[in-house]
Amino acid sequence: MKGLKQRIDRIKPQFEKGGRFEKLHSVFDGFYTFLFTPNETSASGVHIHDSNDSKRTMITVVIALLPCCLFGMWNIGFEHYRAIGELDRSFIEMFIYGLFAVLPQILTAYIVGLGIEFIVAQMRGHEIQEGFLVSGILIPMICPIDTPWWMLAIAVAFAVIFAKEVFGGTGYNFLNVALVTRAFLFFSYPSKMSGDHVFVSLGGSPAVDSYTGATPLGQLASSEPGAIITNVLGDPLSFSDIFFGFYPGSWGETSTFCILIGAAILLFTGIASWRIMGSALVGGLLMSVIANHFASDLYPVTFISPLEQICLGGFMFAIVFMATDPVTACRTNTGKYIYGFLIGAVAIVIRCYNTGYPEGAMLAVLLMNCFAPLIDYCVVNANVRRRLRRSEIKNS
Amino acid sequence: MNLKKTFLPLINPLSKDNPVIVQVLGICSALAVTAKMEPALVMTISVTAVLALSNVIISLLRNTIPTSIRIIVQLVVVAALVVIVDQVLKAWNYEVSKALSVFIGLIITNCIIMGRLEAFALNNRPWPAFLDGIGNGLGYGIILVIVSFFRELFGSGTLMGYQIFPQSWYEAGYMNNGMMILPPMALILVGCIIWVHRAKNKDLQE
Repeated sequence: MKGLKQRIDRIKPQFEKGGRFEKLHSVFDGFYTFLFTPNETSASGVHIHDSNDSKRTMITVVIALLPCCLFGMWNIGFEHYRAIGELDRSFIEMFIYGLFAVLPQILTAYIVGLGIEFIVAQMRGHEIQEGFLVSGILIPMICPIDTPWWMLAIAVAFAVIFAKEVFGGTGYNFLNVALVTRAFLFFSYPSKMSGDHVFVSLGGSPAVDSYTGATPLGQLASSEPGAIITNVLGDPLSFSDIFFGFYPGSWGETSTFCILIGAAILLFTGIASWRIMGSALVGGLLMSVIANHFASDLYPVTFISPLEQICLGGFMFAIVFMATDPVTACRTNTGKYIYGFLIGAVAIVIRCYNTGYPEGAMLAVLLMNCFAPLIDYCVVNANVRRRLRRSEIKNS
Repeated sequence: MNLKKTFLPLINPLSKDNPVIVQVLGICSALAVTAKMEPALVMTISVTAVLALSNVIISLLRNTIPTSIRIIVQLVVVAALVVIVDQVLKAWNYEVSKALSVFIGLIITNCIIMGRLEAFALNNRPWPAFLDGIGNGLGYGIILVIVSFFRELFGSGTLMGYQIFPQSWYEAGYMNNGMMILPPMALILVGCIIWVHRAKNKDLQE
């Protein structure tokens, strides 16, 4: 490590002002600060010195995503071998199958996304910002496993350019980049983003007779009221199956258990806001109780219990990893409660009452992203008015 | 020099004073009719015809119209012209007229037309007013054609109804982009055109 640092320090002057590769300064700087903590400190004024810079924040989120990621890979292999009737394969084989299924997606997302970030930073003479570290892993995790790589590349390019770079880059985007990618895919290529044929990677092998590739929420939306949800073989799903995530879906989002591990890491390190997560959970639960109480034959999804409602689909993943994105969420504490609560409630409303969209978490988070500045504005102004009134009473 | 000055009303709206991307008028119809190139072209011709003729008529009447009721007079003139255009379209190109449906009728409310009548035709002689109408109609048309080119090419894989992407591409897994057919993408494309245009014309940047 020390040798590497010495070597890099030796070539560093070439990238500084006046050096041979001055134009590539931002690329060099990006790699340099990725490898080593920068030792520049502020020279004047009062500053809190903390080693927790945005690179470390991002890495913590990636670590929190790892349980979901690893489980998702295994689950892809598991669903694959279950669908083609070869359940006797070993744990490692299943994992390897999933790993090779998701690797092209992850590489595509990173190469395209980081490529655009590098080019833009270079053009503007900025430092390279690290926002895409998290987005790059999030994007494949919220897409179906059979998403073709070129679609993913187009969607990532669209999202990074139009949701982020045109607004000024990392920290200035008002929409969550990963969700914009997914929304773009969803509206551009609906046949590849929903339905019965995209969530289980069959890899060309013939499926067993009782095979059904629909996600639980997809099954519910298109079924008769009171139908039971099943796994890929047509066997009913128990609650523990749902909780641990042994069913098809966008591959990162199925296991509530792994998401809870991630949530614990995020909350323990103080990176994600417990206010948003908690109020979103409350909002989702409350709305599911209401929907369940007024369940009607017109809307089959309203029949499942609140707990299943929470654990199925992308709801948990959205409220833990998407809603808590500090850039797009509300800044004020009161605003965070409102923001989170509405995300939870709107997600369940869309899921239950709009049969066109089996899952509403993505749209709920994007919608509330748009409203976050307005909520903050109202909260701040309410506070201003309250304090003005107080001062008037004192003065009179 | 003199010739250039005469044709200024015709040339200016094509780029420097473009009604859609600089004055930001007529955006709604630019989003609505640009899913395919053919309706976009027909819309361009219709708007240009209505705009040029109404400009000339209002310009001829400019000294007789009382200021207090000028909007009503303008509306009557534009409405009459739009009805004529609508009938001509129905007679000669019924398919496209169906595709454009209500948007031909809505030319009446197109902000470009009222804007040009108010800003130009009321203060100028008929010949410059005519040129201004043609120029603004074409300036509007350029944007419509550019947007509809990309939307039809990537949204349907065709141009003017002819297949561009070969069938073998679709068999290899290529798919049309459904988002291109939806109006939001038209707005993003118009945004991109404005981006490129402002990058080229630095004096327009705010």
